[in-house]
Amino acid sequence: MFYLSVFFQYMAQYMKTKLQYRADLLIEWLSDFMAQAVNLVFLLVVFGHTPLLHGWSRDEILFIYGFFLVPYAVFGAFFNLWDFNERYIVQGEMDRVLTRPVHSLFQIILERMELESLLGAIPGLIIMAYAGVRLSLTFHWYDLFIFVLLVIGGAFIYAGIFISLATISFFADARTSIMPMMYNISSYGRYPVDIYHRVIRYILTWLLPFAFVGVYPASYFLRKEEWYGYAFFTPVVGALFFAIAVMLWNAGVRRYRGTGS
Amino acid sequence: MDKYTEMIRIRFLMMLAYRTNYYTGILIYAINIAAYYFLWSAIYGDKPSMQGMSLGQMTTYVAISWLSRAFYFNNIDREIAMEIRDGKVATELIRPYSYLGMKAVQGLGEGLFRLFFLSLPGLLVVSLFLPLQFPEHAHTWLSFSLSLLLSFIIYSELNLLAGVVTFFTFRNEGLLRAKRFIIDLFSGLILPISFYPDWAQQLMHYFPFQAISYIPSMIITESFQGVAVRDGLLMQAAWCALLLLPIGVLWRMAKKRLVVQGG
Repeated sequence: MFYLSVFFQYMAQYMKTKLQYRADLLIEWLSDFMAQAVNLVFLLVVFGHTPLLHGWSRDEILFIYGFFLVPYAVFGAFFNLWDFNERYIVQGEMDRVLTRPVHSLFQIILERMELESLLGAIPGLIIMAYAGVRLSLTFHWYDLFIFVLLVIGGAFIYAGIFISLATISFFADARTSIMPMMYNISSYGRYPVDIYHRVIRYILTWLLPFAFVGVYPASYFLRKEEWYGYAFFTPVVGALFFAIAVMLWNAGVRRYRGTGS
Repeated sequence: MDKYTEMIRIRFLMMLAYRTNYYTGILIYAINIAAYYFLWSAIYGDKPSMQGMSLGQMTTYVAISWLSRAFYFNNIDREIAMEIRDGKVATELIRPYSYLGMKAVQGLGEGLFRLFFLSLPGLLVVSLFLPLQFPEHAHTWLSFSLSLLLSFIIYSELNLLAGVVTFFTFRNEGLLRAKRFIIDLFSGLILPISFYPDWAQQLMHYFPFQAISYIPSMIITESFQGVAVRDGLLMQAAWCALLLLPIGVLWRMAKKRLVVQGG
């Protein structure tokens, strides 16, 4: 209950500060759309040269991409740990966080919230709708709930991986360049993983399970029955990776000594 | 001149200090290229070539594009923006060197580090597994090196330009981010320019972006031959010179209206 009220108070403050810089907000949206456009252009241009990608059609791949954008937007809104090392370890902000009576990770998540990232889900839904209509997909009433569940699962997988990466800062002097590169790798989970060598497929499924954010859950809606097992496993993987991340985080905080700045 | 070379050395050493970064960097570069290789294999399917490039050439193209990016990429636009916001730029400006020149050599120091310690070892690892095709002619390597250096200059000039714009707008993180995506897309990093539809290719001729990634990668895969190599290099050189102009003008204006917001 206490955590919930802290959450809403942070949210209210957040809205106030954001609305102070409206022009900046607009450009931030635009730059988010731009990032999505880069991938979309890649897909569209590539499918201008080939009708099928390992048996998957353009619209199926577009649908997977659209789906991926939704959990990714949720992740972006709440787990913005991009500059955790610089801001909290190097500049010593972590010391301040640790004096407060809420869990340190929860507080950092609230402080670094970027609710406007949720808007990134809109192009995703539009792309899904477009591809869905062209593929004449049919849906049941309960698919909406499954959709929400899979989206949350996917967002937690992302969160788990990036929180784990952030905890490296507690143990070693890693700078931020791992994170941008991880963003690159995450995008490979959007393609049908059967195109990759089995080593990469294994990595994307079990070590850095980004396939559970894109192709696996989307396969359920594309009615690819051979992938259903993986699709329904998404929430489990999400819970598992998030739990591991929180454990790593707690271990890291115990080791944390501060920079003395 | 000494102080600039010294700054390159210092930046290089600063990068070297972060060891974990370094090992994971090589690994992630390798995974990245491998994933692209499989993606392109699937795209090629049974086709022997697309837009005049074989799968081997395409793999090399991708590997070299990312290698080049490690060299030319830098964050000096963000650094300038941050120094303006923190008010540090005021002390920087009274120091006995050219502020923008110093930023550029800092970028060079980082780029050299990433090239020799990150992406080159990464490329060696990758070439053990994937069919990369490297040219045999010495002149191809020479043209490529020259082309890569010009890429760095153009990219850094664009970054300096974006950084100087911060003097007028104060907050422009969104803009800097958008610039990065535009460069990734239109420079040929993600897709060779020859894959785009004709109208898009025509349009891209008017921008400096393809001089950043497309030209050096086409040179090293020997997709450009003879006159095309020369024209590519000339085009890069022209952009290097041309971009100095807006930077100079904006920088003079910026210094006049510098507002230090506390600090």
